[in-house]
Amino acid sequence: MRKTIGLAAFAAVLACGAAHAQQVSVKVGVLSDMSSLYSDIGGAGSVAAAKLAIADFTKDNPNVKVELISGDHQNKPDIGSQIANQWYDVDKVDLIIDTPNSGVALAVSQITNTKNKVFIVSGAAASDLTGPKCNANTVHWTYDTWMLANGTGKALVKTGGDTWFFLTADYAFGHALERDTAGAVENNGGKVLGKVRHPLNTNDFSSFLLQAQSSKAKVIGLANAGGDTINSIKQGAEFGIVKGGQKFAGLLVFASDVNALGLQTAQGLTLTETWYWDMTDANRAWTKRWQAERGAAGKFPTMVQAGVYSGLTHYLKAVAALKSAADGKAVVAQMKQTPTDDPLFGKGTIRPDGRKIHPAYLLEVKAPADSKHPGDFYHVRATIPADEAFRPLKEGNCPLVSG
Amino acid sequence: MFEIFGIPSQALFGQLLIGLINGSFYALLSLGLAVIFGMLNIINFSHGAQYMMGAFAAYLLLQHTGLGYWPALLIAPLLVGATGIIIERLFLQWLYKLDHLYGLLLTFGLALIFEGVARNYFGSAGLPYTVPESLRGGQNLGFMFLPNYRAWVIGASLAVCIATWFVIERTRLGAYLRAATENPTLVRAFGINVPRMITLTYGFGVALAAFAGVMAAPIYNVSPQMGAELIIVVFAVVVIGGMGSILGAIVTGFGLGVIEGLTKVFFPEASNTVIFVIMAIVLLVRPAGLFGRRA
Amino acid sequence: MKGVADPLAKKSSALRTQSETIGFIVMVAALVIAPFVTYPLFLMQAMCFALFACAFNLLIGYVGLLSFGHALYFGWASYLSAYSAKAWGLSPELAILTGTATATVCGVVAGSLAIRRQGIYFAMITLALAQMMFFFALQAKFTGGEDGIQAVPRGYLFGIVDLRNEMAMYAVVLIIFLAGFMFIYRIIHSPFGEVLKAIRENEPRAISLGYKTDRYKLVAFVLSATLAGVAGATKAIVLQLASLTDVNWPMSGEVVLMTLVGGLGTIFGPVVGAFVILVMQFKLAPIGEWVLVIQGAIFVACVLLFRRGIIGELANKLRIRL
Repeated sequence: MRKTIGLAAFAAVLACGAAHAQQVSVKVGVLSDMSSLYSDIGGAGSVAAAKLAIADFTKDNPNVKVELISGDHQNKPDIGSQIANQWYDVDKVDLIIDTPNSGVALAVSQITNTKNKVFIVSGAAASDLTGPKCNANTVHWTYDTWMLANGTGKALVKTGGDTWFFLTADYAFGHALERDTAGAVENNGGKVLGKVRHPLNTNDFSSFLLQAQSSKAKVIGLANAGGDTINSIKQGAEFGIVKGGQKFAGLLVFASDVNALGLQTAQGLTLTETWYWDMTDANRAWTKRWQAERGAAGKFPTMVQAGVYSGLTHYLKAVAALKSAADGKAVVAQMKQTPTDDPLFGKGTIRPDGRKIHPAYLLEVKAPADSKHPGDFYHVRATIPADEAFRPLKEGNCPLVSG
Repeated sequence: MFEIFGIPSQALFGQLLIGLINGSFYALLSLGLAVIFGMLNIINFSHGAQYMMGAFAAYLLLQHTGLGYWPALLIAPLLVGATGIIIERLFLQWLYKLDHLYGLLLTFGLALIFEGVARNYFGSAGLPYTVPESLRGGQNLGFMFLPNYRAWVIGASLAVCIATWFVIERTRLGAYLRAATENPTLVRAFGINVPRMITLTYGFGVALAAFAGVMAAPIYNVSPQMGAELIIVVFAVVVIGGMGSILGAIVTGFGLGVIEGLTKVFFPEASNTVIFVIMAIVLLVRPAGLFGRRA
Repeated sequence: MKGVADPLAKKSSALRTQSETIGFIVMVAALVIAPFVTYPLFLMQAMCFALFACAFNLLIGYVGLLSFGHALYFGWASYLSAYSAKAWGLSPELAILTGTATATVCGVVAGSLAIRRQGIYFAMITLALAQMMFFFALQAKFTGGEDGIQAVPRGYLFGIVDLRNEMAMYAVVLIIFLAGFMFIYRIIHSPFGEVLKAIRENEPRAISLGYKTDRYKLVAFVLSATLAGVAGATKAIVLQLASLTDVNWPMSGEVVLMTLVGGLGTIFGPVVGAFVILVMQFKLAPIGEWVLVIQGAIFVACVLLFRRGIIGELANKLRIRL
């Protein structure tokens, strides 16, 4: 009798203890641009991707409880910092993910490091995040400026586009993109014939396009983003640039930009991305689920949003393994130790400097006649293997990397 | 060909022509502002948003009714002008007795609303709108390739500007308008329906902005913020030209477009600020503006 | 700017200041207790903006000049304060002084250009000048362009007080805010302030009385710019960040909104307005897309219906001055 009670009590304690020991609570914040320039690139689509990641993960790991909140940084570093501080200090958030806009990402990375949480950057491009500004709490997923520059630059030179002219947005990001791409072009035997700098948010590119045209360069590199890129391409079509035999290389173009331009105007544009929804069956299946979650049948997920799914999945795996989300540095270390594997990006790794490695794809926008269904934007022209796609570890000047 | 300051004359003349095209938009927009200010003494801060609405109206007409560019040139300004009339009746008419800075604040608020709503429904990336078939392609002028559409823009803007100037300065209707600006009570005593004239004038000014918007849609990115970016430059144009002067608005608009174009050739990084620098200089030398009268 | 008449001008001065004193005590008490109940970082930010709005209100509420480009002084002070703290290693009080000095210089230059015109032209000139300086900030290397100046060190005040301690920082910001507030109060209730109000009511008459109105307007303008600079410089140290947002025209629009909502020409209006708008932005952050529309709607509603603003309506109802 005593033995039975003892056994029962022991079993009860064990059960209680086990339940407590296994229950892991995590709070995740999707910090993105919900209302302006990058809202189609990240925004509500990133939240939808995060929800899918959580649903998929908790199905197999019921002992992990994940809470999700989201916030709009409106592309402003100060608002982003405020939200990050607020989330970490008051709302007890453990992970911030997404954050398009490099200025915001750099600020949040800093704050995350000070407060020992985790930051997974899917949306922002600055390669400095795994360079001089790297830290032990930040992981850079999806893409960065070096990969874009080298992917597009190198691949185009190899396929015959060996003379370049740059149209650069006159601010830090534009200069960086131009510098990296020019370097890639010259390293692979190409020549930069000239460049022109335009102010940010320029409406009218005619004079700059005229200069590009008269340079007779085979490729016109657009070292700008968002509205500037769209305007350059749109007006380029007007001036018959592509008809005249020159190619546009979009150094930072997303599927949403192609959608905004329309295939008629954007056809022939070359760009590099690390994920395209129409490439594999797994991607297509996920896209259907994403569209249902997002509630927008006409929209297609961007690589940034896919990166949110992939990054969050890997983070949750690390947290489950450690059984706690409290120590940011420990979680990131765990993430770096474990190889990544998810239906969207396949197998990959995270380097010591926080850089996630996966292959990149050189894409060309289809002509309207070649597009068979909505969202059918690209021909896949080339695949850049993972170990070549990103900046070599030694060249980054990351303080975490010795030597 | 020969070179000027290291720039081949080909490029130079090309840029001059392009400057004229930009100038057309500045002229059209500052014309609308000048007309509205002249009649209502209100700075229509929502002018940029109404320009944007014109472009969006053109896009929506294409999407939902299949009506292309040419019908849109007429319908969109009418539609947006109608909303302008509603705004005047609902909001602006209560402000005439107050300091006219309230008008600026109100229209500023309206501009925020229009931009916010557009952004919510359409996103900020931009919407596709292409050059109409009949205006595609261009002429090789020897010193540059001039797209047909751009030639059309210059021509249409000049025509509209001159027509507006003519109506206001040379016709009886324009005379009534100018008289009503100076002395509304007296003009009313003559039996002329001044409030209706004011309403229609505002609607016309807004329609001008929308017209510029439709013309911009094929070549500039159709996005919710397209007006906000332009409106401040147009303000500077108006300060330089002198408000209340129709001719001043037109001439200054075209002139500044050309100067901006030239700056893009010689000193591209400054092309954004050159208009403001000129504004500062004009203010120092001629505080009333180039064509303005001292208030 | 006419239309904001003073119905209480006839009441005796003793009664007038009584309501203001009470209001002041309430405000100080609230600000002292608040950090123990609410997130201090938010409060510090609110105080910086409140000071910014008060500085703006000095110009529009008491001189009648609508400056639509006040972000120029706020933003550039913020940049110089951040840069001097980070790159030159200045201690926070010197950094704030550097920022403020920048704002003063900008105020003198901008003011002397803008004062040449009146009313709407004045507003448009201030806007255009601010926009020009925005583009300059975009291009200049030291501002960090789109990224802004980040990781600004809080530093040690006077070399001793560690400002990374939230409460210490809060105390400093509170003192700066109250000092600025009381300085504005002194300006308004001084002979200089009376002349400013006379200019607002009827400038030709003031001129005919022999006052060199342009000079008074310029001094008021520079004072307003300087105080806006104090707010901006402090904000850079508190949030450890200076970015393009601070010099862009929506920032100018926001301070107009704050003052309008709070009450033009009242002494507490801008403070209340700043807090209200910031709380609203904060609460609406989850549905970020509608913030722009709501702000616009508030603008429209205020201009049409609540011209006096919150404090203005309150003061009017209670027949006191606030």
